[in-house]
Amino acid sequence: MIDKRVADPAQAVASIDDGSTVMIGGFGEAGSPIELIHALIDQGASGLTVVNNNTGTGEVGLAALIRAGRVAKMICSYPRSANSRAFPDLYRAGLIQLELVPQGTLAERIRAGGAGIPAFYTPTAAGTELETGKEHRDFGGRSCLLERALTADFALIKARQADWHGNLVYNKTARNFSPLMATAAVTTIVQAAAVDAPGTIDPETVITPGIYVDRVVCIPDPAHESRLVAQGAAYP
Amino acid sequence: MSAPVPIKGRSRDEMAARAAKDIPDGAYVNLGIGMPELVAQHIPADREVILHTENGLLGMGPPPMGTAADPELINAGKKPVTALAGASYFHHGDSFSMIRGGHLDFCVLGALEVAANGDLANWSTGDRNAIPAVGGAMDLVSGVKDVFVMTAHCTRDGTPKLVESCSYPITGRGAVSRIYTDLAVIDIGPGGFELVELAPGIRFDDVAARTAAPICDNRPPRETGPAQAARPLGNAHG
Repeated sequence: MIDKRVADPAQAVASIDDGSTVMIGGFGEAGSPIELIHALIDQGASGLTVVNNNTGTGEVGLAALIRAGRVAKMICSYPRSANSRAFPDLYRAGLIQLELVPQGTLAERIRAGGAGIPAFYTPTAAGTELETGKEHRDFGGRSCLLERALTADFALIKARQADWHGNLVYNKTARNFSPLMATAAVTTIVQAAAVDAPGTIDPETVITPGIYVDRVVCIPDPAHESRLVAQGAAYP
Repeated sequence: MSAPVPIKGRSRDEMAARAAKDIPDGAYVNLGIGMPELVAQHIPADREVILHTENGLLGMGPPPMGTAADPELINAGKKPVTALAGASYFHHGDSFSMIRGGHLDFCVLGALEVAANGDLANWSTGDRNAIPAVGGAMDLVSGVKDVFVMTAHCTRDGTPKLVESCSYPITGRGAVSRIYTDLAVIDIGPGGFELVELAPGIRFDDVAARTAAPICDNRPPRETGPAQAARPLGNAHG
């Protein structure tokens, strides 16, 4: 029998080791698996490389993981946001590394990682500062850069609904990077607001097929990062 | 060059309205964060234009009224928006296939500088104390068919933003096709900046004096006012 449910966020993230690469879904707060991130802070793994579009806001979620000193390196496209303090503080102090990647290249590198494609060429960023150290090749007279796939040990993602097999449906623009990340990680861990029996989700509407998912934990009423930040909350 | 005295041309909304006139019925468009977002409010009523936001929505509508904001329905600037009838959600791979695969007809972006050859600088001032951030800017300029820029003609201190070559870090090479400023509409042609149209009350010499590269007057022999026709779809640029 396939049943990927786990009891709580702590159990879901228990096996994440020091030095792991962790992809975390979300674009800003939309799709950020905040309960899983808080469980990872409690769990204590450090020296992490984190892949996310941004670097979190306030002192909760991803920003709190960074503030706690658990992240050695961020791979992202836009680490500068309103209410973003933890990453800028650590970056200016030389305590965290940054690999800055154009957003579409970031998405495509993750997709390639999940699809078994080791690298690809793209014109994005050719002729810019971000081409440094990358192989060039012309296609149809256009300069392109060789970009390498991204994979991860773990992905932490948020869904609206899951079933026991790990089939997932997302909510609006909270989908963003999560379906790609689910394919590119060795172990994909999902928090979903509803976790139902197989057959509940119409197969035509499944966005992430369960083959990509390893663990599912039910968080019926997830916190919203912007509301926590507005309250001045800090985790832990 | 010494900075010419300030001059009053189009307001931000008038610039947005002028750019919106060039976007035809049926176009798929990405609007950059900031001033380009104003273009959405000026699409002529007889045209249907589908707005794309790179975080996974086609058919983006205006901000929600009252307290209806959903933290999981946002735009690329991470502000609450709505989804119009006929909208669709998708993941980032699909969203950037639309951008990088040449499926979007237009984007309208802000600029720090535009060079006479169409190079755009809009992602970094090169300030060593700033946190570097690029987002989707480099993908948009490399993939969208027509890249429009909407910007003040000069900085607040009067420094021209239309230049011979960019001094700020480049977002993309030869990317820009048309520029909407408070003073004029300017195309990037084979020979550099080409004046298409002046803002009301502005003279060619006013624009030339505030442009840090040669600009040729490419208006029709008798300019009768702003061009009426929108640009045709499927007319890929560079």
